Amino acid sequence: MASVTLSEAEKVYIVHGVQEDLRVDGRGREDYRCVEVETDVVSNTSGSARVKLGHTDILVGVKAEMGTPKLEKPNEGYLEFFVDCSASATPEFEGRGGDDLGTEIANTLYRIFNNKSSVDLKTLCISPREHCWVLYVDVLLLECGGNLFDAISIAVKAALFNTRIPRVRVLEDEEGSKDIELSDDPYDCIRLSVENVPCIVTLCKIGYRHVVDATLQEEACSLASLLVSVTSKGVVTCMRKVGKGSLDPESIFEMMETGKRVGKVLHASLQSVVHKEESLGPKRQKVGFLG
Amino acid sequence: MAGLELLSDQGYRVDGRRAGELRKIQARMGVFAQADGSAYIEQGNTKALAVVYGPHEIRGSRARALPDRALVNCQYSSATFSTGERKRRPHGDRKSCEMGLQLRQTFEAAILTQLHPRSQIDIYVQADGGTYAACVNAATLAVLDAGIPMRDFVCACSAGFVDGTALADLSHVEEAAGGPQLALALLPASGQIALLEMDARLHEDHLERVLEAAAQAARDVHTLLDRVVRQHVREASILLGD
Repeated sequence: MASVTLSEAEKVYIVHGVQEDLRVDGRGREDYRCVEVETDVVSNTSGSARVKLGHTDILVGVKAEMGTPKLEKPNEGYLEFFVDCSASATPEFEGRGGDDLGTEIANTLYRIFNNKSSVDLKTLCISPREHCWVLYVDVLLLECGGNLFDAISIAVKAALFNTRIPRVRVLEDEEGSKDIELSDDPYDCIRLSVENVPCIVTLCKIGYRHVVDATLQEEACSLASLLVSVTSKGVVTCMRKVGKGSLDPESIFEMMETGKRVGKVLHASLQSVVHKEESLGPKRQKVGFLG
Repeated sequence: MAGLELLSDQGYRVDGRRAGELRKIQARMGVFAQADGSAYIEQGNTKALAVVYGPHEIRGSRARALPDRALVNCQYSSATFSTGERKRRPHGDRKSCEMGLQLRQTFEAAILTQLHPRSQIDIYVQADGGTYAACVNAATLAVLDAGIPMRDFVCACSAGFVDGTALADLSHVEEAAGGPQLALALLPASGQIALLEMDARLHEDHLERVLEAAAQAARDVHTLLDRVVRQHVREASILLGD
């Protein structure tokens, strides 16, 4: 992660503040910073989203391409994740510097989507064993201001909600050769149901308490964090501890409860925002980076 | 190219522009708060984002430090979802490296590197299906946003030649048609050229006209960028309460 150097006095100040439930920017321990979400920002993708969480800026593009299904799952399509840590986030990511962080985030995304209920992969199947839709989810990390995993998972969920996959029909010839026909209407497409797509909530342990949505400075004071991936119903799909320090079991249970609670609220607000944006229709003013 | 007229009889191009008209340009400075300087530009459908860090101490080997000048370091990367067909590697391939070198050459000519010896200036450009022109324009705004002293704006534009007419600011369709393309980076006040690159064959008699069209287009881009910078400075000074 992009790091920031803090003096001992600043660290002590942050730790004491967290004890009193008052963080440096005035938030409580379970409050998120202001999140801006906008979908459909990149024109030649099947779906895209941009999320700005404080100083963290993420752009996700989803491209749907046709491929062959995996051997062990012939009736399903699949998702491929790729995370690019752009050098604009910090000069350390220049060249291959950002590859490690990118692979770590991509592997986490694979894990949280690695269950049957997150995305209904059967809707991505065109003809079993032969053709299926492969969704390439590309995450571009533009600015790093702390709490990357949360912002990325929100952006991925919003982009998947925005994804429009063209409807295809498989026509069979007399000889048995199959032909794939794209529907004539460009607006005739299938949408993915993102009801059960999880979001990651990162809980950082600072002192004896834990906080949600840590900034870069707060992450520098924390020795261990817990990543909890929660669905909108409060079901935990994946959990991972990161960081050099250690956590004791009671605090893990506490953090998980906080994660579930905060996760449900996060999902509810994200749903309302993307639905409101969609209801504005195709005529809405797209802001993108110009706003 | 059969069936596609790049220039109609009435003098209109595929997207309805005239030969010397530019695409719509929208730009914004100060997009990211954490970087020293940043800018975003949209030129038609091409979007470029440039971020500048520096001048700061040389990272990596100190041996690269130049005793009298600053080192300008550029990287170009394009998002994997930006082009029609998904690109596997965002940077590190030949085209991105070449673009990075060209940007470096351009900005070494414009930035007053003597003022910051033994330091490094990093320019990172993130583009959408990159054309050189949008990248240079975005990088100019970002360097200005970072407060790094430059000799002059660097304004870039592309130009082509079809049916005896020089076209300014080529769109993707016109570039893909395969005619001659010229990329020009200009320092408008002095009229000096920072970078000139041409692809495909062009008779030297026509070069003068194409060069003039590109230079005029670059000067038009300069007017626009100048307005953007003044607007940004005005907003910043209002916020500071001057």
